Amino acid sequence: MPETTIESCNVKRLEILSETGDADESLMPPLSDSQIRELYETLVRMRTFDHRALNLQREGRIGTYASILGQEASQLGTVYALEKEDWVFPSFRENGVFVARGYEMYMILQYWGGDERGIKIPEGLNMFPISIPVGTHMLHAVGAAMAAKYKRDKVVTLTYFGDGGTSEGDFHEGMNFAGVFKAPIVFICENNQWAISVPRAKQTAAKTIAQKAFAYGFEGIQVDGNDIFAVYKATKAAVEKARNGDGPTLIECHTYRMSDHTTADDASRYRSKEEVEAWKAKDPIMRLQRYMEKKGLWTEAFGKQTEAAAVALVDDAVKKAEAVEKPKPADMLTYTYKEPTSRQKKQMRDF
Amino acid sequence: MATMNMVHAINLALKEEMERDKNVVILGEDVGRDGGVFRVTEGLMDQFGEERVMDTPLAESGIVGTAIGMAVYGLRPVAEIQFMGFIYPAVDQIFNHAARIRSRSRGRYSVPLVIRTPYGVGIKSPEHHSESSEAHFCHMPGIKVVVPSSPYNAKGLLISAIRDPDPVIFLESTRLYRMIKEEVPEGEYTVPLGKARIVQEGGQVTVVAWGSMLQKTMKAVEGADAEVIDLMTLNPFDEETVYASVKKTGRVVIVHEAPKTGGFGAEISASIAEDAMLYLKGPIKRVTGYDAVLPLPKLEDYYMPTVERIRKGIDEVMQY
Ligand SMILES: Cc1ncc(C[n+]2csc(CCOP(=O)(O)OP(=O)(O)O)c2C)c(N)n1
Ligand SMILES: [Mg+2]
Repeated sequence: MPETTIESCNVKRLEILSETGDADESLMPPLSDSQIRELYETLVRMRTFDHRALNLQREGRIGTYASILGQEASQLGTVYALEKEDWVFPSFRENGVFVARGYEMYMILQYWGGDERGIKIPEGLNMFPISIPVGTHMLHAVGAAMAAKYKRDKVVTLTYFGDGGTSEGDFHEGMNFAGVFKAPIVFICENNQWAISVPRAKQTAAKTIAQKAFAYGFEGIQVDGNDIFAVYKATKAAVEKARNGDGPTLIECHTYRMSDHTTADDASRYRSKEEVEAWKAKDPIMRLQRYMEKKGLWTEAFGKQTEAAAVALVDDAVKKAEAVEKPKPADMLTYTYKEPTSRQKKQMRDF
Repeated sequence: MATMNMVHAINLALKEEMERDKNVVILGEDVGRDGGVFRVTEGLMDQFGEERVMDTPLAESGIVGTAIGMAVYGLRPVAEIQFMGFIYPAVDQIFNHAARIRSRSRGRYSVPLVIRTPYGVGIKSPEHHSESSEAHFCHMPGIKVVVPSSPYNAKGLLISAIRDPDPVIFLESTRLYRMIKEEVPEGEYTVPLGKARIVQEGGQVTVVAWGSMLQKTMKAVEGADAEVIDLMTLNPFDEETVYASVKKTGRVVIVHEAPKTGGFGAEISASIAEDAMLYLKGPIKRVTGYDAVLPLPKLEDYYMPTVERIRKGIDEVMQY
């Protein structure tokens, strides 16, 4: 009886855009100049929003906030590959995804300011509220994908989670269901190297997160998460594959959390300045800007104008968020059930 | 004797128990290098090494499940669940295994495990960080549920919990972590599990509270002839102390932060109705959180029992 190799997995990594802003043209996804400008503008809007949110937290105007600094390309490159009818199941760090999908920025601030009305997803936007219990929402994304398949809708679901999230049982159950039911889903791991203070190496002894997909019978790929073109290209391919009925894909966006975990954290306790500095050089927006400069798509005037437009939008969002009237105390009971229980009705009289 | 807050008192209990017994180990998310998100385990990895203070992968079921294996094998694990709202992935392990192994093995095996977890409203935090779901755990035979209300009893209770032969859920109020300081002896002392504490003697009304609600209760009873009982252990709760007080006062108010329906106040109330009913002068009153999904910070203060609501509860029973 011979011993044979019955399965082997090739784990690939995709990079298109270098830190100096040079792209491997042979790998470039088809994007028009105006689309590239749109990507840039959206990245700037995401970062401007994030920066302001951090400041608002410092000033005590919103509560704990989780920054996306450094992860903008991972968030935009993925969501940009979706159609309007596709569904997104975010974790708690996808503020940029909300911005990119056109979610009202003032509502994001309202939510992080401690008001649940900020997470009421408007009709027509196919998105779940954020999920703070790590990893739990991936299963919902799989279930929704199974439902879309059952209804013969040409809809894809996409879910975001961190490197830490891959340690939860729900991640493995979600991946397994997706593989078994060949669900039209794309799993996006934003591997930002840290889960609060715990480094990636302590979440899994595996070399990559991407390779975990192979154990569940489908493909995984690692992409340079700070390279908007690589992220977009891999996601676009995965979305098309899912839409064509060819099942799930796991995409590991290899990126970095430039900020503290949240405003309640102090990352200097557990990671070195040098590590953070090294990642600064890989900044996703700077990289795209350099590329555009070389292509004649970016000028100082365009840069300034983009930034000014973003600031104006965010200013407006802050104003709106702060003008919202306070929630009514009885509201805390209103949405527990379709109809309040008789006991709840009694409790409402306290207010 | 040093004056310290609850974070330091719990840290001290862990340190002293680890110095005393090599079998005591700590595991959880961010408990090592970071010293825990509330700094409760600060310095312990430096002192005891990575083998005894383990930063685990992000997996609550993994943390509690492996801790059960360690406990059965002879260690005394102290597992941390970062917030009570994230304990649910571990509930299968807690209910189906930790709670039952002694029984299923007819006493051959036991699970001397402590699960520490911060609970309750208190730090203006995002969703899932402020719940108090103690009643779920009280309903599971085989598990003890302990809730300290001050630095002194936190240290003494935690030492008892670590030495206890059965699994203990140890709930730490985030509100209290840094709110009160008091004298806490260094070195060994214990506060026994299953014993309540009479915080203030009184003759007209018995007010039962625990953990985060004790501070407000003490404010609310100012000027009243109230006997205040801090349960400290919810399961098993100290029936004798409660009944003795009820027999004296004939009036009862129970205060908890968790929602009213199915809260642990219901258990106390039913027990009094069964065993001390004839001493009551009027109905038992519960002052609790509302039957709501815990609101975000903008409405948190409306959710929480306030001093005024507790006072009103007392006034109501005083009508009888
Ligand atoms: C089930 C659960 N356990 C613990 C937490 C507390 N917590 C919030 S975020 C986090 C780390 C998440 O790391 P990762 O998945 O890598 O995402 P990132 O924060 O890096 O985006 C932890 C432990 C939680 N929210 N949910
Ligand atoms: Mg991470």
